[in-house]
Amino acid sequence: MISGAEIMVKCLENEGVAIAFGYPGAAICPFYDYLYRSSIQHVLVREEQNAAHEASGYARASGKPGVCIATSGPGATNLITGIATAYMDSIPLICITGQVNSELLGRDVFQEADITGACEPFTKHSYLVKNAADLPRIFKEAFHIATTGRPGPVLIDVPVDMQTSTVSDFSYPLKADIIGYKPRTQGHAMQIKKALAAIGEAKRPVICCGGGVVLAGARDEFVAFAKSSGIPVVSTMMGIGVVPMDSRLYLGMIGMHGHTNANQAMGQADLIILCGARVGDRAVSAPEQMAQQAKIIHIDIDPAEIGKNMTAHIPIVGDIRLVLGSFAEQVTNTVSEEWVEQVLQYKADFVPLGEPDNTSGFVEPRSFMRALSRMMDENAILVSDVGQNQIWAARNFNVKEGRFLTSGGLGTMGYALPAAIGAKLAKPNRQVLCICGDGSFQMAMCELGTLCQEQVNLKIILMQNDRLGMVKEIQGRLYGDRYIATTLNGNPDFVKLAEAYGIHAAVATSNGQAEQLAKEMFATDKAFILVCRVNPDAPTI
Amino acid sequence: MKYTLSVLVENQPGVLSKVSGLFSRRGFNIDSLAVGITEDPTISRITIVVNGDEYMVEQVEKQLNKLIPVIKVKVMQPGLFISCELSLVKVNCNTKQHAEIMKIAELMQAKIVDVATTSLTLQFCDNDERTQTLISLLKPFGFKEIVRAGTLAIEKGAVTARKQST
Repeated sequence: MISGAEIMVKCLENEGVAIAFGYPGAAICPFYDYLYRSSIQHVLVREEQNAAHEASGYARASGKPGVCIATSGPGATNLITGIATAYMDSIPLICITGQVNSELLGRDVFQEADITGACEPFTKHSYLVKNAADLPRIFKEAFHIATTGRPGPVLIDVPVDMQTSTVSDFSYPLKADIIGYKPRTQGHAMQIKKALAAIGEAKRPVICCGGGVVLAGARDEFVAFAKSSGIPVVSTMMGIGVVPMDSRLYLGMIGMHGHTNANQAMGQADLIILCGARVGDRAVSAPEQMAQQAKIIHIDIDPAEIGKNMTAHIPIVGDIRLVLGSFAEQVTNTVSEEWVEQVLQYKADFVPLGEPDNTSGFVEPRSFMRALSRMMDENAILVSDVGQNQIWAARNFNVKEGRFLTSGGLGTMGYALPAAIGAKLAKPNRQVLCICGDGSFQMAMCELGTLCQEQVNLKIILMQNDRLGMVKEIQGRLYGDRYIATTLNGNPDFVKLAEAYGIHAAVATSNGQAEQLAKEMFATDKAFILVCRVNPDAPTI
Repeated sequence: MKYTLSVLVENQPGVLSKVSGLFSRRGFNIDSLAVGITEDPTISRITIVVNGDEYMVEQVEKQLNKLIPVIKVKVMQPGLFISCELSLVKVNCNTKQHAEIMKIAELMQAKIVDVATTSLTLQFCDNDERTQTLISLLKPFGFKEIVRAGTLAIEKGAVTARKQST
């Protein structure tokens, strides 16, 4: 005989799960009791939302699904923002929640919440376990659904009596067989042919790289296609880092906060090849106008993204790695010299904004980001939060062979610290740098406890301007300088706070000092918080 | 314009809320929805009538296909399917009006299923247009209640929802 709780742990072991992020409670205790006997590492977070973010950072850095665990009721509802964040960025997560006794479901007993119902819009799929014997099938399906097709979070809600009840034996299914779930992987040969013909005819083509390229592990295929076609490349925020930013024909990030020259190239193109990009409103503000000017080839694994935000003239549904692989083999370089010269001229005309002023008493964030990317490892992982810090990082940090992780879709403040902890646990030998503002940092500050407990060698840059800088900027620009609720008056002394946790920290008030301290920070093998004092009026762009 | 969708789903708890929830959270309005099991007891069929445009119905179809328990979505082509809806109509009347209502019922091929001194209940099964006709004919008498089951649809000929042709 074997209990449901033991089955759950065995399922995770069968899936090769090495680490799980969670927070226990009464309704998930039987499961934890078997986790106690397992070799799976458990990371105790300080609040459940961060368990989901840490699992997300881990998943993005490792390429494996992240696992997070919470108890019923408030434990489960605290997960929601983390699940929604992962859903918007298509990150594979397995979220396990405890639930009250199945016989008490619906009676509003202590710590009961309908979490499968609440998470319906943010999960790729969810299960409420009604029979312990279903657990192996459910886990197999959950991992299959989370990691295939367009990835996403899957929730498994397990009533406590399902964890304690026993079944006669355990065998883990070899594969999941779901009648209504057969993600298409090969692009349609005819559509690929049409696309190649359109590429051959185009005079001013542009490739737009989205987060789907990263998710599909299609970096090599993408770069090979860009190289063999000679077509200039722009990227969305989620597509940053696929093409090394110092590549000749890489033009930068598009969109509202993007690089002017990248937007210029998109605006003048006669053919746009969208690769795993969903054309969100922050990336393309007037998609229909753009689709009238240019022919659109849209490659995505999710058929529902085709034509959702922008008309696609040549849609290709399939795994972008396979599609771009066949593109790279068949495409020839037919791009006109004039077009290349023109986009390179735009690129040359683009002058990065922000210069250090060592007498101001502040660190100039944009030039400091550029300095950081010069001093960091080629394969460093940069995790940014949401707000001005995100745009400073996205526009100025030069990602080479590394990664740029951020909450692009939902824009969740407080994402960076937990996600960076997850990323560092996945890649302990790579430099991981977390960039926060003082607003977003304080949303996840409690995770410093997790950082200490797990002895994570994470480097944190905290841009302190005592403001919610991006909202303040909006209030200045659109609301007649009526600043409300954007000043953080109650900020602690962050260095003392770090010291209270036993974490090394220092303050920089100029770029020279910040660069010197950053060097020292990267030289240590322990966690470090570098607080940079930033002018409250420092612009985002 | 009205579109009729046939959705084959795995017959398991929670599927209906997944399907109907998708409509409301994407801002699409459901005109009618009918659900029941099919020739295969593990599969249910949901027939949904929505009011919208081509973009909306394409999005609905694609988003429905993303739901894991959804096996197949088919947008019915105008003129190529049969539809009908069961309605129960309880009409106000006195005994003197019985004959008049029974005449309408006979004309429309509705069945009188309950008779009382102050009401008559008609059972009617036909397409939306004929249902509207019956309702407008009975309107002068006044209604106590109207209950409609939602439209069911099936394609003409040997075509099925699962396959183009058999």
